[in-house]
Amino acid sequence: MKKSKSLLLLLTLVLAVGTLLAACGSNGNKGASNGGNTSSNSGEKAANSGEEKLAADQTLRINLSAEPPTFDPAQAQDSQANTVLKTMYEGLTRMDESGEPQPAAAEKWEADGNKITFHLRKDAKWSNGDPVKASDFVFAWERVLSPNTQPAAPYAYQLYYLKNGQEYNEGKIKDFSQVGVKALDDYTLEVELIAPTPYFVGLTSFYTFYPVHPSVKDDPKWAVDQSKMIVNGAFTLTNWTKGQTIEVTKNENYWGKDQIKLSKITMSLVNSGATELASYRNDELDRAGHPNGEIPTDQIPIVKDQLKDEFKVKGIASTYYYEFNVTAKPFDNVKIRKAFAMAINRQDIVDKITLGGQIPAFGYVPPGIKGVKDEFRTENPDAGFFTENVEEAKKLLEEGMKEEGYTKLPDITLIYNSSEAHKKLALAVADMWKKNLGVDVKTENQEWAVFIENRQNLNYQIARAGWSADYNDPMTFIDMWTSNSGNNTTGFKNAEYDKLVQDAKTSSENAKRNEYFKKAEEILIKDNMILMPVYYYTNVALEKTWLKGVVLDFSGAIDYTRAYLLEH
Amino acid sequence: MDNNPIQVMQTPVDLKPEDFRKIGTDEKQAEVIQRESISAWRDAWYRLRSNKLAMTALGVLLLIVIASLVGPLISQWVHGYNYYSNDLMNTNQKPSALHWFGTDDLGRDVWVRTWMGARISLIVGLAAACIDLLIGVIYGGIMGYFGGRVDEIMNKFSEIIYSIPYLLVTILLLVVMEPSLGTIILALTITGWINMSWIVRGEIMQLKSREFVLASRSMGAGSGRLLFRHLLPNAVGPIIVTVTLSVPNAIFAEAFLSFLGLGVQAPIASLGSMINDALTGWLYYPWRMLFPAAVISLTMLAFNIFGDGLRDALDPKLKK
Amino acid sequence: MVRYIANKFFYMLVSLFILISATFFLMKAIPGDPFTSEKKVPPAILANLYEQYGLDKPVYQQYLKYLGDVVQGDFGISMKKINQDVSDIIGQTFSASLKLGVVAIVVAVIVGVLLGMLAALYHRKLIDNVAMVLAVLGIAVPSFVVASLLQFIFASKLHWLPTMGFKGPMYYILPVAALTAQPIAFIARLTRSSMLEVLHADYIKTAKAKGLNWFAILFRHVIRNGIMPVVTYLGPMTANIVTGSVVIEQIFGIGGIGKQFVEAIGVRDYPVIMGITIFYGILLMLARFLTDIAYIFVDPRIKLSKGKEG
Repeated sequence: MKKSKSLLLLLTLVLAVGTLLAACGSNGNKGASNGGNTSSNSGEKAANSGEEKLAADQTLRINLSAEPPTFDPAQAQDSQANTVLKTMYEGLTRMDESGEPQPAAAEKWEADGNKITFHLRKDAKWSNGDPVKASDFVFAWERVLSPNTQPAAPYAYQLYYLKNGQEYNEGKIKDFSQVGVKALDDYTLEVELIAPTPYFVGLTSFYTFYPVHPSVKDDPKWAVDQSKMIVNGAFTLTNWTKGQTIEVTKNENYWGKDQIKLSKITMSLVNSGATELASYRNDELDRAGHPNGEIPTDQIPIVKDQLKDEFKVKGIASTYYYEFNVTAKPFDNVKIRKAFAMAINRQDIVDKITLGGQIPAFGYVPPGIKGVKDEFRTENPDAGFFTENVEEAKKLLEEGMKEEGYTKLPDITLIYNSSEAHKKLALAVADMWKKNLGVDVKTENQEWAVFIENRQNLNYQIARAGWSADYNDPMTFIDMWTSNSGNNTTGFKNAEYDKLVQDAKTSSENAKRNEYFKKAEEILIKDNMILMPVYYYTNVALEKTWLKGVVLDFSGAIDYTRAYLLEH
Repeated sequence: MDNNPIQVMQTPVDLKPEDFRKIGTDEKQAEVIQRESISAWRDAWYRLRSNKLAMTALGVLLLIVIASLVGPLISQWVHGYNYYSNDLMNTNQKPSALHWFGTDDLGRDVWVRTWMGARISLIVGLAAACIDLLIGVIYGGIMGYFGGRVDEIMNKFSEIIYSIPYLLVTILLLVVMEPSLGTIILALTITGWINMSWIVRGEIMQLKSREFVLASRSMGAGSGRLLFRHLLPNAVGPIIVTVTLSVPNAIFAEAFLSFLGLGVQAPIASLGSMINDALTGWLYYPWRMLFPAAVISLTMLAFNIFGDGLRDALDPKLKK
Repeated sequence: MVRYIANKFFYMLVSLFILISATFFLMKAIPGDPFTSEKKVPPAILANLYEQYGLDKPVYQQYLKYLGDVVQGDFGISMKKINQDVSDIIGQTFSASLKLGVVAIVVAVIVGVLLGMLAALYHRKLIDNVAMVLAVLGIAVPSFVVASLLQFIFASKLHWLPTMGFKGPMYYILPVAALTAQPIAFIARLTRSSMLEVLHADYIKTAKAKGLNWFAILFRHVIRNGIMPVVTYLGPMTANIVTGSVVIEQIFGIGGIGKQFVEAIGVRDYPVIMGITIFYGILLMLARFLTDIAYIFVDPRIKLSKGKEG
C-alpha cells in the first residue's frame, strides 16, 4: 500500500515536470519553424481573455538604416529623422492611422475661409518645464522661413501655403509680421493661408511645422548638443553615440505622459537589411523592415511563411514608376511610350519580383489618398487608363515606328539607382520587353547622385522613379507634373494640365477639385503616358507579437510614441 | 720573399715543338657538356613539373578556364539557357537535371551564370594583376634600387595616389567613361599596383646591400643589368606571392564595387556580384551562393598553390 | 636622425598639399552636390544654401578658401549632418574603427607570424600543410562571405555572440575574426616564404655549421630577417584596417569611419569627404614613415643616408 502510494506520487511528479518541460519547450520553440502557430495561439488566448499584461521592461528596440542627419525639425528631410523627431516633438496635430489629423499640441481648431485658428492645450510643457506657447510656433515657423537661418531650411516650401511665406523666404519681404501666422495670445495661433487648403491642418503634423524652444535662437549648434535639446514631445534624447546608437527616454514633462507606456526607445544604426533581419530573429530588435529599414526581397517569402503572425504588410501612399524622357528618341512618340507601358505584366512583377504584396499600378495617385468621401483611387479607379495587352502593344509600337520613320528602334537604356530591389525589377522589366516586344533594352545602374542629376538634366531615356505623399491630398502627386515644376523630370509640358492644377489650387470645393485631379491624371497617363506606373508601394515589416500600438500612417510614416510591450 | 711568384714565373721553361701534339676529336667531345645547356627558366620549368601539387593546381586553373569558356555553351546547347533570360515561373529552384546548379531569383540558370561569371572574374583578375605586376615591378624596382631622392619622390607619389579616395576616382571614371569591364579594370589598377611596388621596393632595398650585388657591381655591371638580372630575379619569390594574391584581390575588389553598386552592369555577372546577390538569402537558397563561391575559392586556391610552386621552382636557393 | 625626420616631414606636407588639391578637384568634378535630392529643393532656397556654404563661388575660390581654413586647422562643418563639426564626425567614427583595428592588427600579426613560422620550420610537414590550407582559405573566401557565415553560426544559430552593434568586448569577436581572416593569411604566407628563404641562406648554414645554438640562430637571424616583408606589409595593412572596412562595418553595424566615408561620398558631403581624405592621408604617411623607421631597427644594413649608396 505504502509502496503504491509513493509510486503514484512519483508518477504525478513526473507528469507535472513533464508538462512543465513541454510547456517550456514549446515556449523556447517560438523562433523555430512552427513557431508561427505557437505564438498565434498564445496571441489569441491573450486577446480572448482580454487581459493585456504589460512587460516589466518597456524598452523598445528598433533599427534605423541611417543616422538622422539632424535633430532640428527645420532641417529634417528624410524618413529616419521623421521617425526620431516624432518621438521628440509634437506638432499642432498628429496623424492617425487613417490619415485624419488628431488634436496634439492644439486641442481644437476652426477654419474660416483662408484663416485657421488653432487653440493650444494649456497643459503642454517643454521638457524643461516651460509652457508651450503659440509664440513658440511663430518662432519656429519664422526660423524655417527665414533666409538667414544657418543653413537655410530645405523644406521651407512646405510653409509656402502661408500668406507671404514664399515672399519672406525669398527675401522679397523683410518683415515677418506680414507673414500669415500670429500668436493672438499664449494659447491661440492664427494662420492665414494664400488659398483655402483643405489638407493644411494635416500638414501641421509634419516635422517642418514642429515648434522649437526659444532658447535655440542664435545658437546654430543646439541640435548637435544633446544637453541643449529642449523638446515638447513624449521622449527626450538621452544618448547619442554618433554612428552607433540613439536612445530616447520618456519625457516626464510631456502633457500626455500617462498615455506613454514605453520608458525608452533604443535605436541601432545598421544599414544592412540582412543584419537587421538576423538581429530581429535573434530577439535583439522588436521591429524590422519599413519604413526605417528593409527586409531583403530574397527573405520575404521565407519570413512570410515562418513568421506569419509577425509579418505585416500595409499599403502606403507611394507609387513606383518608370518615367520617360519625352524629349529624347524614341520616347518622344506617345505610341511607343504606350507600347512599352502595355507590354509588361505587373501582376507577375508583384508576385514574383517584389514579393511584398504591392498592388499593380495603372494610375499615378496611389490608394490611401483622400478623395471626396472615400479614397481618391476608389472613387476614380485606375482601370480605364490602359490595359496590359501584348498584341495591342506590338501594334502600337509598329505604328509609332512608322510615324517616326524607324526601321529599327534606336538603342534604349533604362537607368536605375543602385539597389538590389531596383536592379531586380529593371532586369525583369527589360526581359519582358525583350520577350513581348522583341526590343533589347540595356539596363544601367547609377550611383544615387549621378542618377538624380541625369534625371533632372533629362539625360536619360527611361528612368526608375518613385514618389511618396507629402500630405494627404491628390495634389501632392498631381502638381509635380506642371510645366514649371522642378520635380517634373520628363520634359512634359501641357498647358491644359497646368490650368487644371491651377484651378484645383484656387478652388475650395472638394468635388470640383477632384474633377480637376481626375482629368489631370487622365492627361498624364491615359493620353500621354509620360510615365509608366508599375506598382503602389507597401510597407513590409516584421513586428514581434508582443509589440502593440505602433501607428503607421497613410504615407508610411511611423509613430512609436503610443506603442507598448506585452509580457513575453 | 722566397715564395715570390714572380720569381717562379721568371724561371725559363724550355718548350720544344715536340712537346705539343694534336688532340683528337674524341677528346674534344669530352669537354662538351653532356646535359643540354639549360637556362634558369627552363630549369625552373623542370622543377615546377616535378611538383605534383602545383601541377594539379595548374590543371584546376585550366579546367576552370575551359569551363568558363565551354560551360555556358553546353547548357545553351542542351537546354537553351542563357545568362540573362528570366523565367519567373521557376525562380529559386533547387539544382536538378534541368538546372544543374539551380536557378536564381529571376529564374536564370545558375550553371550558365556561374561560368559566365567565372569568365568575367578571371578577365578582371588577370588583367588587373598583369597591369599591377608590370607597373608595380618597374616602379618599385626603380624606387628600391636608386633609393635616396628618387625613392623619396616616387614613394611620395605612390602614397598620394594611394590615399586619394578610391571611390571618388571610381565614380568619376564610371561617369566619365562608359560603364564597362575596361573601366572597372582601370578603376582597380589605379591603386592596385602600389602594393606591389612597395613589396618590390622593400625587397630590393634589402637585396642591394647583399654581397653578390656588390660583386656584380664591382665587375662593372650597369644599373639595368643589376636591377633586371640580379635584383629582380632574387626578389621573385615575394613578387609571385603578391601576384597570386593580387588576382583574388582584384576579383574581390570588383565584388566590393558590386557591393556598393558600382560593379559590372547587370545582367552581366561576375562571381563576386553573384555571391553578393545571393548573400541575403543564402540560408534558404544555398546553391545560389555555394556554386559561385566554390568556383571563386577554387580559383583562389589554385592560384595560390600554383604560385607557391612557381616560387619554389624559380628560387634557385631552394634547389634540392 | 633629426634631419632625416625633418626632411620626411617636409615631404609629408608637400604630399598632403597635392593630395588635398587632387581630391578637391576630383570631388568637384563628380556630378551632384550635397543638395541633390529626388524631391527638388526650390531654386530660391537652393541659391540661399549655395551662398551660405560658398558653393556659389567658382571652384578655384572655394579651393583657396578651403586651403586657408585647413591651414588654420578648421575642417569646417558637414553639409549633410547639419552643423556638425567635421572634426567631431571624424573623431567619433574613427574611435570605433581604431578600437576594432588595433585589436585586429595585434591578432593578425601574432597569429599570422606564428602560423607562418611554424609552417616554415616544419616545411612540407603536416603543420605546414594545415597552416597553408588555413591561410589559403583566408584569402580564398571573400570577407563578406566570412562575415555573414560567422554572424549566422555564432549569433543566429548558437546565440553565443550578438548579431550587431558595438557596445562591449563581446561585440569585438565576430568583426575582428572577419577582419583578420585575410591579413592573417597574407602575413602567414609572407612570413613562411621569407623565412624559408632565410633558412636556406648561407649565413644560417654557416651559423649552424659553427654549432651555434639553434634557438639563438632562430631568434638572432631567422626571425629578424624573416619578418622583413611583414614589416613592409604592416604599414599599408595598419592604414587599411584602421581606416575601417566598409563591408565589416556594414554587416556588423559598427559606426566606423569607413562606413562614414562611403556615406559622405554618396551624399557628396564635401567637407566630410575632404576631412576624412586628409585624415587618411596623414595616417597612411605616418604608417609608411613608421615602417621605414622599423626597417632600420630590424635590418641594420639599411642606412638612412640619402643619395646613392656606394
